[in-house]
Amino acid sequence: MSVIVRDDGFHAEDWAGPVVEIAADTAPDVLVAVAQSGALLRVGFANFGDGRGFTLARRLRAQGFAGRLRAAGPLVADQYAMARRSGFDEVEIPDAIAVRQPEPQWIARANWRENTYQQRLRG
Amino acid sequence: MAAYNLAGRRDNKYKARLKITVFEGGLEAFRDAVEAEFARTRAAFSGVDQALLAEIEAAFAPPALPLRDAGAYHAAWAADADFRAFATQNVVAHKVPGYGIVTVSLKAHGATPGDATAAQMRKLADLADAYSAGELRISHEQNVILPHVALADLPALHRALAAAGLGTANAGLISDIIACPGMDYCALATARSIPVAQELATHFKALGLEQEIGQIKIKISGCINACGHHHVGHIGILGLDRAGVENYQITLGGDATERAAIGEKTGPGFAYDEIVPAIERILRAYLALRQAPEETFIETFRRLGAAPFKAALYDEGARDAA
Ligand code: SF4
Repeated sequence: MSVIVRDDGFHAEDWAGPVVEIAADTAPDVLVAVAQSGALLRVGFANFGDGRGFTLARRLRAQGFAGRLRAAGPLVADQYAMARRSGFDEVEIPDAIAVRQPEPQWIARANWRENTYQQRLRG
Repeated sequence: MAAYNLAGRRDNKYKARLKITVFEGGLEAFRDAVEAEFARTRAAFSGVDQALLAEIEAAFAPPALPLRDAGAYHAAWAADADFRAFATQNVVAHKVPGYGIVTVSLKAHGATPGDATAAQMRKLADLADAYSAGELRISHEQNVILPHVALADLPALHRALAAAGLGTANAGLISDIIACPGMDYCALATARSIPVAQELATHFKALGLEQEIGQIKIKISGCINACGHHHVGHIGILGLDRAGVENYQITLGGDATERAAIGEKTGPGFAYDEIVPAIERILRAYLALRQAPEETFIETFRRLGAAPFKAALYDEGARDAA
């Protein structure tokens, strides 16, 4: 089982619509087609050291995807802010991670809009 | 970042490096990916970054460097041989008259290249405040630079550095070696680097040949990742692992300046206990071959090529005698 993390903490799965799985090694060009879909896009992270999903998320948002975007995999709480900044709405973590890093550690990074140097440079 | 993030190797963390991505995929392909990413990213920037840049530039305004009486400098120069050695070897001219750029050598003979203690670092920070307009830089040569020192202050600075064990007058000489951490600290290493640097420094000091040999850049890496940039050292030493035994490959003629060149491999490598005598053979050949003491090692190499150095290096008779 897994836990959905949002800015206000842990949630159970609450999405009932279609889901499109996007693997970390998906070629960015392929994303153009899914960016128009109404499905939840679930970008897979094989491990926390593989950051390709962050770049894919940013590309999807740049291509106009406005639907629900989820990072799924064993990310760590420190990465929550970066996931949000890259365009993810939420992070789906395995139960084992949720036990090791309980809710307060994720909520501590819900302030992801603060201290973002890229945002400062973008204006 | 985004271009590399997508293209970099994920199957082997030792190969998760930008230079490997560029080597495998080609420079053109990677450059195109970066340009495409840049075009995409650029739209998100409104231009406020230019205002931030201007703010940063203002913070790096050059310091006021008033002309000072250099009497103390001349007096110390006349009276103190250690000071003369330091001022000759470790100070280069500043664009502002009456000032110098000081290299604080972290290459005391036999010490770990590039190491400083906490007390030495605090001392350096204080000295930068007192004598270098509050500025201090770390150089890729693994030394510390004090960029704005009035010559008038140089004797006092030299005394303070010497008292802190930081007065070694060897910038640019054979003991000023760049060495990567190697087997002593690095998980990727195939051979030791630091002890080779230490032995070279103490060996040539004991021979009394350091000044005689003059300007030379020896660089040492403990594996093919080349963090010590051995391939652009005048003499490069690359530590490899041959069936569980350290083996050191020598390159000659590398150059990291505007005359950039990759060093040439000389041939078979040397065991750990053979590497210092091997370097000595090369340098004795240089001393015999140079046209004048002013002709540096790299200039002699450029004039003659690798052949006479290789001959000296692999001369069996000389090897037995060494
Ligand atoms: S060159 Fe030296 S520091 Fe770099 S990876 Fe190899 S052993 Fe480590």
